[in-house]
Formats: sequence, structure tokens, C-alpha cells
Amino acid sequence: MTVETAGVARIAVEKGRSGAVGDVVFRALTFLFALLVLLILGGVIVSLIIGAWPALRTFGFFSFVFTQVWNPVTQQFGALAPIYGTLVTSAIAMLIGIPVAFGIAVFITEICPIWLKRPLATMIELLAAIPSIIYGIWGLFVFAPFVQQYIQPAIISTLGQIPGIGLLFAGPPLGIGILTAGFILAIMVLPFISSIMRDVFETVPPMLKESAYGLGATRSEVVWRVVLPYTRVGVIGGIMLGLGRALGETMAVTFVIGNAHRISASILQPGTTISASLANEFTEAFGDLYRSSLIALGFILFIITFIVLAIAKIMLLRLQNQAGS
Amino acid sequence: MGVYAQRRFANVLVMSLSVVATAFGLLWLVLVLGTLLFEGFSAITPALFSQMTPPPGNSGGLLNAIFGSLVMTVIATVIGTPTGILAGTFLAEYSRGSRFGEVVRFINDILLSAPSIIVGLFVYEIVVVPMGHFSAWAGSVALAIIVIPVVVRTTEDMLNLVPNALREAASALGTPKWKVIVTISYRAAIQGMLTGVMLAIARIAGETAPLLFTALNNQFWSNDLNAPMANLPVVIFQFAMSPYADWQVLAWGGALLITITVLCLNIGARLIASWSTFK
Repeated sequence: MTVETAGVARIAVEKGRSGAVGDVVFRALTFLFALLVLLILGGVIVSLIIGAWPALRTFGFFSFVFTQVWNPVTQQFGALAPIYGTLVTSAIAMLIGIPVAFGIAVFITEICPIWLKRPLATMIELLAAIPSIIYGIWGLFVFAPFVQQYIQPAIISTLGQIPGIGLLFAGPPLGIGILTAGFILAIMVLPFISSIMRDVFETVPPMLKESAYGLGATRSEVVWRVVLPYTRVGVIGGIMLGLGRALGETMAVTFVIGNAHRISASILQPGTTISASLANEFTEAFGDLYRSSLIALGFILFIITFIVLAIAKIMLLRLQNQAGS
Repeated sequence: MGVYAQRRFANVLVMSLSVVATAFGLLWLVLVLGTLLFEGFSAITPALFSQMTPPPGNSGGLLNAIFGSLVMTVIATVIGTPTGILAGTFLAEYSRGSRFGEVVRFINDILLSAPSIIVGLFVYEIVVVPMGHFSAWAGSVALAIIVIPVVVRTTEDMLNLVPNALREAASALGTPKWKVIVTISYRAAIQGMLTGVMLAIARIAGETAPLLFTALNNQFWSNDLNAPMANLPVVIFQFAMSPYADWQVLAWGGALLITITVLCLNIGARLIASWSTFK
């Protein structure tokens, strides 16, 4: 071995060493930041529990959840009204949002000419990009007055007159209220649900659809009997993801729901949601118990959305594995 | 014939309904953007960019709010981007098939859709309470926590698109792995990663809920990061909910500014993504 080649070999070895050190350092660095993601979640849970503790200890978890009274003056707090509002507005959003999102996904994947697909999909996704406060201000100044003047009087004079379910649509037309909030939520979750439905519809093997067309199936039959059964898990995942968004949506709801801590039978009346209560009251909450009760509300919201989003994620992973195998 | 006609009818019905649904979806986009342009356009004046937020009944602008939003968005991006990129790198390059990686990915996806108001509560507990007051720092941290999952997700997705042959070629030349990642994978995925950062900025540009309990608001100019700072979303919230006409006009102006920013970032990100090398 000449001196020259020995030198090259030594440099190579040293480089190898610095590479090894660099590898260990870089791997550890990326690992730490990945760990940080878990720590954030852990931190959220721990901090919410600590913050909510005084309220939960004073009232007890179950009586906190099932009490409707919310009275800062007497320091009595119960979460039932905001929980009810959160669930009902989200249910209305899903009732309107799911069929529309499904229609959009079917249109884009099955009917739409190819040149229109991308622009159309982008436009629908821009609905998701518009910040929620914009929906809020628009809902308050444009949509709610419109609802008050045209939609609610029509609902009250028709559905509101039916005995029994008429109670759901009773009361004066206020514009703002649970129904208006649910409707705006529906528009906001539309793009999330439809873009996932679109993605999962695209995973259906063309061969399957072509076989059905070959047997003489119509487009709607292919959608109902081939595409939907094949992608059922993913569709449910998309819906759950939309639901997770609807449950936690704050600003748009805060503008139009009316912020009343009560449970009305009528969905035309004002109510409140967990996130709207937080947004409205938190910075002005006086006293530790008041503030702690609000954090307890946040904790309940976090648990609900965590479960819903986890189900969504598991469903979508299952579809992914199915498509992969 | 009866059955055939029935099936054709069902088909036409379902397909027309899906056209109606699409039109319905687009209608709201047009309505919301149309109203914003109509109401906001008259509010866009030189005063909007040169004067501070006014007390009720006075005219003014949004200068301090625009400044505050910019500052907090920049700080959040500066904190959130490297964090997200490194965590995403771990998921894509070091954790294939590992249990830990799966858990992080799962949790990250949940953080991605978690209600932003919860992030506000969290930062209130860990930053505002110990400091004893609301501050721009707290607001920036809250926004950074929203940036992180977006960047983690896009970084991982984009690195996964880089062909393994590129990495193998570099490794065969004796390049250490960290150098392969930094000089090969990153360079190949840079457009996609940039897209992710832009989408994350678009997301926080209009975020209101996490700022309510962290940065709060400030009627005056402030460049002290340890004090409450004005920001566009909270000012819009406060002004729009107020009964004063000139405040409401300013709220529309601010809303238009935010929307234009967010839509430009989104469309820009999509353009960059469509130029990307790998798909």
C-alpha cells in the first residue's frame, strides 16, 4: 500500500466516523421532535385535567355533565346546555352535510368531464380554506337576517303547526339560533367530507366498476352497489372526520348561535355550544370556579372529539390496508 | 320495459341530485366571497393600513392589528416549521414499520383536526397562567402548535414520495444517512414541503379561537411580545359583534384582507405542488 492510498483510506474511515456521529445525532434530533408531538397531546390532556379539577371536584363529574344550571352569580355550573347544543348543531350539520358531500363526490368522480375535475375539486376545497371567523361574520350579517325574514317564518307556518314535532320548530323567528348554526356548520364541513369521499371513491379498482357497467348497470347502480360497499369504511371515516370538525368549530357558531345557556325544545331558538361558551366567557370569567368550569367544558369537548377523530382515523386506516392488500 | 324505465329514472334522478349538490356547494363559496368583496371593498382605504384601531364611534384603521397578526404568524411559523419538518423526517425516514412511528402518526392526525380552541386553553394553562398575563408570546405558541401537525403530515407525505432509488444511489456512494436525508431527500421533496408550510400559514392566518385566551387584543400599537397584542381575527370578532357601524365596516375590511391572504396562500401552494417533481 502506498502512502497515498493509505491516506485516502484514513480519510474515508474518518469520514465514516463523522458520518456515524452525524447519524446518531440527527436520528436523535428527529426522534425528539417526533416525541414532542406526543408530549403536546399529553400536555393538553394533563393541563385540561388540572384546570378542570376544581370544578369537577366541587360538582362531581356526572352531576356537572347532567346539570343544566349555569349561573356565575351563584357559582353554580352545569355542562348540559352546551353539550346539548354541541351535539344538536353537529347533528344538523351532518344531516345536511353528508348527502350534499356525497352528491359532490359522486359528481366529481363519476360525471364530471376530466378538464373540470381539478378546478371543481379545488373550488370545493377552498370552502375549507375560508377561516371560520369569515363564516361567522357572514352568518351574522347576511345569512341570519335572510333566515329570519324568509326561511324561519316559512318553517314556523308549516312544520311548526304540526302537532308533536311542531315543538321543534316553535317560537318567534330570530334568525340566529341552533338551526342557523347547524346550517353554517354543514357548509363548513362539506369540503372535508366530500374530499375524503372523493379520495376513497378513486381507490375503487376500475375493473370492478367496468364489470358492473359491462353487465348493464347504470351509473347510480354502480355507485350504490359497487363503489359504496367497497369504500364503506372510508366513507364512514370521512363522515367522522367531518363530525370531529363540526363538534369543535368555534367562531362561526359563536356568531350565530345566540349564546343562551338553556335547552329549548325548538331548534329555532338560541342555545350555546361548548366552544361558543368558551369563546364568549373565558376571558371575562371571574373567580376560579367559573374559569375551572369552562376548562372542564373544554376537557369534555376534547374527549368527545378525540374519540370521534380516533374512530375516523381507524376507519380510514382500515380502508387503506384493504386497498393495499 | 317497466323495470328498465324505472332504473333509468332512478339513474337520472341520482345524477341530477349530485349536480344540484355540487351547485349548492359552489353557491355558498360564491355567496360568501361575493358578500366579502361587496362589503369589504369599501372598507379598504389608505386609512385601514395607516391608522390604529379606533375607540367606538371614531374612524380609524387596522394597522396595529395587521402588524400583530404578521408578527405572531411569523414567530409561529419560525417555531413550528423546523419542529414539524424534523418530526416528519423521523416518521418518513427512521420509523418505517415501527410501533412508535405509528403512534406518533396517529396522534399527529388527531392533533391536525382537534378543535383549535382546545389549543388556546392548553396554552393559557401553560403560558398565560405562569406568566400572569396575556401576551403575544402565548399567541405565537398557540399558533405554532397548530402549524406543527400540518407540517409533520405534509413533510412525511412528501418524503414518502421520493423514490428509494435516489436514497440507495446516494448511500452506495458511502454517504451517511443524515446527509442523504438533508441533501437528497429534502432537495427532492422541497416543493411539497414548502406547500405544507404555506398551507399551515394559511390555516393560522385566520385562526381566532386560540388567540382569544392567549394574545387577547390591544387597542393600541404594541411591539412588546410580553404584552397583549392586537391581531386581525380577534379585532374582527370584537368589532363585528359590536353595535357600532364604523367598527363593523372595519371588521368587513379585516375579513376581506384575511380571506384574500388565505386564498392566495392556498392557491399558491396548489400551484407549487402541481409543479412538484414527484406525485
